[in-house]
Amino acid sequence: MTTLPPSVPSAPAATEVHAKVFGATEHLAPAAAKVDVPVERMKQWLRDMLLIREFEVRCMQAYQEKKIGGFCHVYIGQEAVAVGCTAAVEHRDPIVTAYRDHGHALARGMDPKYCMAEMFGRIGGCAKGKGGSMHMFDRDNNLFGGHGIVGAQTPLGAGLAFACKYMDEVIDGKPSSRVALCFLGDGALNQGAFHEALNLAGLFDLPVIYVVENNGYSMGTAIARGTTMAHSLVTKAAGYGIDGYVIDGMDVVDVYAEMKRIADRCRATSRPAFVDMRTYRYKGHSMSDPRKYRTKEEEEVFEAEDPIGKLQRRLQAAGQLGDDEFKAMQKAVRDQVREGVAWSDASPPPPLEELFTDVYLEPWGPYTGSAQPAMNGGTVNPAGFKTIDTKEELS
Amino acid sequence: MTALREIEFRDALREAMSEEMRRDKRVMLMGEEVAQYNGAYKVSRGMLEEFGPRRIIDTPISESGFAGMAIGAAMMGLKPVVEFMSWSFSLVAADPILNNAPKMLYMSGGQFGCSVVFRGNDGAGGQLGSTHSWCVEGLYSNVPGIKIAIPSNPYDAKGLLKTSIRGSDPVFFLESERMLGNKGHVPEEEYLIPFGQAAVIHEGTDCTLASWGRPVHFCMEAAEELKKQGISCEVIDLRTVRPLDVGTVVRSVRKTSACVVVDQSWSFGSPGSELASQVHRHCFDDLDNYVHRVHSADVPTPYATNLEQEYLPNARKIVEAVRSATYNL
Repeated sequence: MTTLPPSVPSAPAATEVHAKVFGATEHLAPAAAKVDVPVERMKQWLRDMLLIREFEVRCMQAYQEKKIGGFCHVYIGQEAVAVGCTAAVEHRDPIVTAYRDHGHALARGMDPKYCMAEMFGRIGGCAKGKGGSMHMFDRDNNLFGGHGIVGAQTPLGAGLAFACKYMDEVIDGKPSSRVALCFLGDGALNQGAFHEALNLAGLFDLPVIYVVENNGYSMGTAIARGTTMAHSLVTKAAGYGIDGYVIDGMDVVDVYAEMKRIADRCRATSRPAFVDMRTYRYKGHSMSDPRKYRTKEEEEVFEAEDPIGKLQRRLQAAGQLGDDEFKAMQKAVRDQVREGVAWSDASPPPPLEELFTDVYLEPWGPYTGSAQPAMNGGTVNPAGFKTIDTKEELS
Repeated sequence: MTALREIEFRDALREAMSEEMRRDKRVMLMGEEVAQYNGAYKVSRGMLEEFGPRRIIDTPISESGFAGMAIGAAMMGLKPVVEFMSWSFSLVAADPILNNAPKMLYMSGGQFGCSVVFRGNDGAGGQLGSTHSWCVEGLYSNVPGIKIAIPSNPYDAKGLLKTSIRGSDPVFFLESERMLGNKGHVPEEEYLIPFGQAAVIHEGTDCTLASWGRPVHFCMEAAEELKKQGISCEVIDLRTVRPLDVGTVVRSVRKTSACVVVDQSWSFGSPGSELASQVHRHCFDDLDNYVHRVHSADVPTPYATNLEQEYLPNARKIVEAVRSATYNL
């Protein structure tokens, strides 16, 4: 076990920029300077963040090459949030998120090739090419989407928590043992669905953690231009009787340490939590965003706090990460993503029969039932579709 | 021999839910006033007592929130039944019920089904004004991924609701406040009614009357009147509009050569227009006249009694439509 030196505090000029983007910063929890995390675990987080970064860079490239269509929102800059949060919960805890979802899929353990093939619109994709960039689902890794409508996932998150608790307590007759993680952007704070979800979570004691990935902008609108009490989002949660926390989302160790504490409490008390996770997206809202609503200087301040560079420097300062090892790490993720792109290129488009599968589980009329994607061991050959037959159950 | 057991429509609904809840712990009921109040329309009367507050759940007036919550729970494998006090209120839950429930299986490439039943009162309840009198099948039948049942009697209500709960796909189950007190035969023993199977409830030779839900009763009234006028009607209760059993209607029209579709929703882009279009296509050479349609008037639902009566489909309008469709008789 090694205790790392704390993160270097931000320069005063940077603090001013933070205050400009997020409002006052006095609620920020103190950095978790002393967390006993094995070095190997931190290295895994570094690899995970590097993988997401590399994957997203390749996505942008593929988008320019028109291999990816529609909308595409990359996660560059926010990697510490998905990696730190997923590390803080158990694999059996369900996760649901919004449309900037590639990072969550990878952090949850989806092989990048399935994620990339989905964006390429290929049968090998996690949803057989039917969902696209905004709709990443992974049943075996308990990722319940990828949701394209802002705030739509927040009642779903309450439902995941409701089901976890109901299954444990009502069906199995044992104490509630899981927590649900529901990610949302700061723009979702102004949707009615979010407020209804928080009220229900508070009312029904649901073990759900709402993690607001507060990157300061909903598309091109600075948070204070669209959201009241932007400097103190936790007061919104307080209105629903839900404890709120502010976390530095640019530091994966902080994210992990704080989220672990919150998740443990949520699991033990079956009470919801709300997190104002301060982060920054380095790229535009989507691929077509020229970012004219903010300054280069502002971006540079946050780039200096890059979560990958920060962890890399900390590990190196502690003598735990050699240059060669880091380079090998970079090469490994580059190779992995490159292989994923090649695999996606080689994957055929979905056969036309796929148009009418997965509309209903029970086949009727033109609808042929449902089949799992290759990722879950399903066949890509429509002739071998495993349709779910409920006739027996209905008899 | 004992008399056939007759129960109210609302009791049939409750029996369906209670039987499925006894059978499967994954099933629970949530909605406004379903528990302590015993249901705004007494459909869930006594269920709190039997199943307790963990399975019969009062929600706040928060349709978007609890509809979405039920869908999330269904993705995890629960089988929620959600009561909308009125389907008119489902409009504020449009995003979860139209964007999530019907599309989850498709968008996840088959990974996440959504076995959830949304049920409640649909259509004009009687002087409730325009905002509370929606016939949502006009809007919602346009959306693939959901199934829609619209029963007209207690027997069908129970059998179709049990099928809805036991099935694997999202179902919109449309009841009518005006029929909840209707009595009908419902046997003691268990039965299920499959979706997509219309019932020929009255045989005839001159004109096919196709309908679902409450207007089926207006069709029966009209058939009685027309019988006196020497016109024999075949009345078909479609029972579900997704799937829509076009085949049964087509077989009937090939026999009668005339067809009137009666649909309480507005005419423009409705289940009625879809059925008429399909009958035209499949019976092009069989029909003596175009398929006539009786809908609610193409205006917001009025409050005044006389205007509301004139607005809704009724037996008089159906008789007129049949006379026109069978002008050659």
